[in-house]
Amino acid sequence: MTDPLIINLALMILFLPLLGFVVTLLLGKRIKAIYIFELFIIILTFIGAVALAFVKLNYYQNTDIVSQFTWINFGNVPLLGQTSIDLGFLIDNIAVLMMFVVALISMLVHIFSIAYMKGDKLYNRYFAYLGIFTFSMTGIVFTHNMLMIYIFWELVGLSSYLLIGFWFEKKSASDAGKKAFIVNRVGDLGMLAGILILYTTYHTFTFSQIFAQISAGHLPFNSEFWLTVTGILIFCGAIGKSAQFPLHVWLPDAMEGPTPVSALIHAATMVAAGVFLIVRVYPLLTGGALMFIAVIGMLSAFIPATIALTQNDIKKVLAYSTISQLGYMVMGLGVGAYKFAFFHLITHAFFKALLFLAAGSVIHSMHHEQDITKMGGLRKKMPLTYTTFLIASLAISGIPLTSGFLSKDGILQGSFAFGSLTGYWIFGFVGFLVAMMTAFYMFRLLILTFHGKPRDQHKYDHAHESSFSMAMPLVVLAALSIFIWYTPNPFNPEQGAILSNWIKAPQLVTPQDTRYNFMKSDIPAGTVTSTVPENSEIMYSESYTEALHQAHIPAMLLSLVLAGLGILIAFIFYQWKKVDVDKLANSIKPLYNLSYNKWYFDEIYDAVFVGGTLFLSKILSWFDINIIDGIVNGSATLTRTVSTFTGRFDNIVVDGFVNFIAYLSGFIGLIFRRFQTGKVQTYIVFVVFSIVILLFIFK
Amino acid sequence: MMQVGLNHFLVVSTALFSLGIFGIVTRRNAVMVLMGIELILNSANINFIAFARFGNFGLQGQVMALFVIILAAAEAAIALAIVLNIYKTFSTVNVDEIDTLKD
Amino acid sequence: MNIYDIVFYLFAAITVLSAFFVVTTRNIVYSAYYLLFTFFGVAGIYVLLGADFIAMVQLIVYVGGILILLLFGVMLTNKITNVEIKTGSVQTIPAAVGVALLAGILMASMLNTKWRSVETAMPSATTQGIGMLLIQQYAIVFELLGILLLIALIGAASMARK
Repeated sequence: MTDPLIINLALMILFLPLLGFVVTLLLGKRIKAIYIFELFIIILTFIGAVALAFVKLNYYQNTDIVSQFTWINFGNVPLLGQTSIDLGFLIDNIAVLMMFVVALISMLVHIFSIAYMKGDKLYNRYFAYLGIFTFSMTGIVFTHNMLMIYIFWELVGLSSYLLIGFWFEKKSASDAGKKAFIVNRVGDLGMLAGILILYTTYHTFTFSQIFAQISAGHLPFNSEFWLTVTGILIFCGAIGKSAQFPLHVWLPDAMEGPTPVSALIHAATMVAAGVFLIVRVYPLLTGGALMFIAVIGMLSAFIPATIALTQNDIKKVLAYSTISQLGYMVMGLGVGAYKFAFFHLITHAFFKALLFLAAGSVIHSMHHEQDITKMGGLRKKMPLTYTTFLIASLAISGIPLTSGFLSKDGILQGSFAFGSLTGYWIFGFVGFLVAMMTAFYMFRLLILTFHGKPRDQHKYDHAHESSFSMAMPLVVLAALSIFIWYTPNPFNPEQGAILSNWIKAPQLVTPQDTRYNFMKSDIPAGTVTSTVPENSEIMYSESYTEALHQAHIPAMLLSLVLAGLGILIAFIFYQWKKVDVDKLANSIKPLYNLSYNKWYFDEIYDAVFVGGTLFLSKILSWFDINIIDGIVNGSATLTRTVSTFTGRFDNIVVDGFVNFIAYLSGFIGLIFRRFQTGKVQTYIVFVVFSIVILLFIFK
Repeated sequence: MMQVGLNHFLVVSTALFSLGIFGIVTRRNAVMVLMGIELILNSANINFIAFARFGNFGLQGQVMALFVIILAAAEAAIALAIVLNIYKTFSTVNVDEIDTLKD
Repeated sequence: MNIYDIVFYLFAAITVLSAFFVVTTRNIVYSAYYLLFTFFGVAGIYVLLGADFIAMVQLIVYVGGILILLLFGVMLTNKITNVEIKTGSVQTIPAAVGVALLAGILMASMLNTKWRSVETAMPSATTQGIGMLLIQQYAIVFELLGILLLIALIGAASMARK
């Protein structure tokens, strides 16, 4: 199904930011005000995204719009058969929703940056980088095949690298950029391997064709094990990009970039691309791969949450909280709560971007002070920032009437139901524990920053409420953190159009016996593709729907109680100071240190990978010096001896022969020089005679 | 004399070709050499059209002849520019006096 | 011997004779005028072969363009005032021998070959057919030739200006 209007809109949305990037980058040095062009472009892009979402969700709600063409046709390649590479768009509900989120946040961040980055000497280049980021993110969202997703995947990696290291004069910033890039490579290697396995098996990069072949029973290397491996390998890309355990170490360091960038790339959109990737390839994930994903997601939700409890840098706390929330989404996908996971992606994008932008507003007014122990009392100076930050904190903690409550509760409910069906209660347990920790550290952050008395009077005196271009995005995002946009009933997200009509779990294509029990469909595998329309949902068994229904109320109440408890503890510790926090920290010193030092991940990686590399190179260097050099020196001596003899031979025999040849050539040259008159016509006469002779010979 | 056929045209074209070669080889003036080249091109054209006429190739031969004429025009322009350059460099257009190729 | 043959021999004679004078006359300007007759003769032969369009092109391009270009070349490179437009010949004897041999061999091979000659009806009007070929089968060649002419134009201008 194609529709020219939708495809043209999508093309416009994709290429406008690229145009903005090129123009802004090329003219940035000459024209000071060129960033206005980039702003104009991003606003156009946003309007396009809104129009696209409107048309798609209103008129083509149940059809996926695909437009593709054959890019390279290799023809009949030996050993592979007919091979070609298609490029194209897949515009489904998920893509337009994601595009709306990306375009909106990108636009708000652009507007926010006008004031935030004012006076930076690379002002225009900053906007150019934002443009190429928007372009590459759009590419990931719209593409219908693995190849383009991989290309744009690397492009967002590039723009992330450029923006993290935007203040490259600072060594820590350029180091952080490199770290992000290199750590991401580790994950991308796995993703590349997964994509190549798919391509060698199916000779296509296109999702729908791969899914169709899997569903017809064609598996990589004819084994279900390899299908699981492929799923896990592709998920490796998501581990890197979404900063999941164990590759999460780059995201906190990425906070060296400008704060609006952290809001756009490292909180709302790019890191969510990993989740988006899992959403895209969801049909081919087997039960084993999903279990792996769930475990990784659980660890990524839990470990950074514990780290965030003790951090003092306002952006670091938010960064760990981002990893933790992404872990939620990944875990949600792993336990089968597909719709809620994607829903959480959207709501999280809004409130986390809001948290970062509000933090940016604070940092801006505090003259780039990021340490929360030096803040405090800002509530009176910055009431608007405080209010919006509070709304976002409530949302991320999962308090009713906010968007976060709806989506987070959905994931918890899903993991609860998963526990009751499979016996793996650990996911639900960790989910609730993390919910409580989230509430605690968010309100710790809020109280230390905005409540109490100012701890740095000088900076406090200079703090001021932000200007309009910084305040406006905060208000828009705060509005979007309220439940009303998503569902009319603040306690049941399924009543809203977004979950009931727009997000649809895809039809699984994996063989029946590799799925979770509750995902098995009652229809035999062979007939699934023919009888079921491509857009229909996963056929969950009845028991799952029932378990989900039963889990709804207990999960909601439990998460409410735990979140409230977390907030209460935060108030006891930091607002009312009933408990001496330092004494408490001292009494559980090892645990506190473990958290404060981020579980020593950086140190361990430094010792194992960097140290290991150094150790290996030392061994190699010793081997080089003693063994290779020894061999080389020995052979050198041998060569010298031999060459003395051959030198003698050369001088007498070979030189004599060469001299003879030279003399002979000189003699022949003496004769033939006569023919070289240098006149063209003489040569032509020779040519004529030669032709005559040749014709005589070959007539 | 026999009926005029393919051979007659080929004989004319051969004569033109030989005269062209003769002109190229003997004349001292570079412009005359160019005239010889034009003769050769014309003889080739006669062959094209003659074979097209008697070989039942339709109009393909004539199109080729057309292309040859176009090429000849381009060639004449370029060659004359070269001759002018030679004249400026050596103050002569006599090709037998220009033998720097020997060096 | 019909009228067709007579006309053929007439044109063949004009062509070959004037070509002979082209390469032998000492005065370059005369040579150029003889070349004019050669081109006319060739055009006549084209008409006899049923190629009326090519004949017209021959007249327009060769007589109207190339020949004038050659004459300009003569005038630009000779001292007209001194009436020194005569030019000599070099190595006449070896050239004559070689060319005679070449012509003899070519003629011999041509006349001894059994051409698979098919007598077809004289094509009536060729212009439309050539036009169709140019814009259909040979469209790319046609475009390329246009580019070639443009390049030749620019190249000649830039070379002559130096």
